[in-house]
Amino acid sequence: MTDTSSSLLGKAAKATPAPIASRIRGISDRSMAWLFITPAIALLLAINIFPLIWAIYLSFTNFRANRPNAPIEGVGLSNYSRVLNDPNIWQAMQTTAHFVFWTILLQTLIGFSLAYLIDRKFRGHAFWTTVILVPMMLSPAVVGNFWRFLYQPQIGLFNYIVSFITGIPPSSFEMLGSVPLSPWAIIIVDTWMWTPYVMLICLAGLRSIPDYIYEAAEVDRASLWRQFWSITLPMALPFIMLAVLFRGIENFKMFDMVTLLTGGGPGSTTEVASITLKREAFESWRTGRASAFAIILFVAVFGLANIYVKALNKVKQR
Amino acid sequence: MSSVNTAHSVVEPGIATKRIAATIVIAYALITMIPLVWIVMTSFKSPPDSISYPPKIVFQPTLEGYCNLFTTRTRQTSDYIASLGAATSTCDEITRSRNMVIAGSSNYWPRFQNSLVIAFGSTFLAVSLGTLAAYGFSRFKVPLAEDLLFFILSTRMMPPIAVAIPIYLMYRELGLSDTALGMILLYTAVNVSLAVWLLKGFIDEIPREYEEAAMIDGYTRMQAFFKVVLPQATTGIAATAIFCLIFAWNEYAFAVLLTSGEAQTAPPFIPTIIGEGGQDWPAVAAGTTIFVVPILVFTILLRKQLLRGITFGAVRK
Repeated sequence: MTDTSSSLLGKAAKATPAPIASRIRGISDRSMAWLFITPAIALLLAINIFPLIWAIYLSFTNFRANRPNAPIEGVGLSNYSRVLNDPNIWQAMQTTAHFVFWTILLQTLIGFSLAYLIDRKFRGHAFWTTVILVPMMLSPAVVGNFWRFLYQPQIGLFNYIVSFITGIPPSSFEMLGSVPLSPWAIIIVDTWMWTPYVMLICLAGLRSIPDYIYEAAEVDRASLWRQFWSITLPMALPFIMLAVLFRGIENFKMFDMVTLLTGGGPGSTTEVASITLKREAFESWRTGRASAFAIILFVAVFGLANIYVKALNKVKQR
Repeated sequence: MSSVNTAHSVVEPGIATKRIAATIVIAYALITMIPLVWIVMTSFKSPPDSISYPPKIVFQPTLEGYCNLFTTRTRQTSDYIASLGAATSTCDEITRSRNMVIAGSSNYWPRFQNSLVIAFGSTFLAVSLGTLAAYGFSRFKVPLAEDLLFFILSTRMMPPIAVAIPIYLMYRELGLSDTALGMILLYTAVNVSLAVWLLKGFIDEIPREYEEAAMIDGYTRMQAFFKVVLPQATTGIAATAIFCLIFAWNEYAFAVLLTSGEAQTAPPFIPTIIGEGGQDWPAVAAGTTIFVVPILVFTILLRKQLLRGITFGAVRK
């Protein structure tokens, strides 16, 4: 690339080949590293960690954010025990788990199938991949708001199409207003929006499988079915698991779409953890208890994600 | 290339296989586009057309939705409207035909501007800080690097509402609540973790020898970074920037909790557009359409970087 002997420094470096860099730099590796890393870490400390520590502190107090001047009293672990004994909160956790399960199942199945088909590299596959990507580029709140329009029982396009196909009169199913259907209304929108994301990651996985493995299988006259089960699926599995991890963490935090679609209703059928948390924190103003709930949620996601990543690494190493 | 019967080969799929795959994928793509097409169509409908049943596919297009989006209107008697003289603009004509006059501009444009400032500001900051940190992690022996990187990633696991409680209190103390600066800092913090992870992947790909050669030529580490590494990482930086931009552009939870007016962005604003007797769907659709267009343009123009960005992210994480 460059003519090293042309510069003085180059000659000096030649004399002592091993620690070239440290001689030239004049500033030590370590301080250099910190110079590069500190700004990002500092910002994260200020905007993420400091508030987190504050939240931990608040979770042990009876502080209410709408009464900032009232004296703050420590209440020990009572916030935590109240949260853990609150049936509403357990209900919300269950609702969240239900959403996470179904959205991941549907998105993985559809997303992987699409990726598998797109990997056939038919003419125009790049264009159609871009078209499929569009929903995930949109704002979940705006999407939720608009799907509320599509779901209107009297005027909505969704109800019209479903009743056109099935013959059920549109007024007899209210996607957002009925207890059995409203969770599915949200699952449908989430799947519509995020399947492309799972598809992309699966596509990356499929593209990472080297051709020669298939060629070898071809020589051995392995059937397509056999190739799929013993090459495609196992080799793409780490990617599928990764997609599941990302979607799992994201959907555990699900807030905007649900807020705009149902607001947690009817009753509390679609009240996910984030909505309960928002009610506790910004409507009931029980800041201390909300903080305790937030910490519990964080520990739960963090713990589950850690266990999952361990499993993922095992799959990768196979 | 395999020489055996390729009709069922995965290495080079046969024409029949390709055709079936193409049909299914195109069908899915078309179905997935229906809601979006419907948004755009609704934005050009009159309010009665937008709520007719069965839904109208053929309709008389009008700019009423866009007019309603950008203005506030008051109802007047037809005598009063007749006394005003000729209408001066299309929007004027539309409102008068509905027995209304324009009372002023709506809040949509200021909210849209907030979205622009906050999204681009935070993207610029996140990518700058992220590039530096990614380079640091990629090239230097950082003590506890693995732990730091995991810590950076873990900041994304917190539900936004949970972080919002203390940030709400902190911003209230610092006078940052409902300010563009506060939102820029917040979105930067959220995005920087993604930026570090994505960019570390890209920078790891650039051979160290490039900078070492430059430094042997007399460049300092900084110069080598700016003149050698940065140009090489352009694609990665672009991909990362798009992701940060999309997040900041679309974010709702923090925006709705931490802004109430001045610094409010478009996502919390659009659902609040109310017409006479409920939501004004053509205006909402118009607001959505305008809001979505930049992201659509980005997606189409930069699809290659986008694909690389997501797949790189997937491989690295």
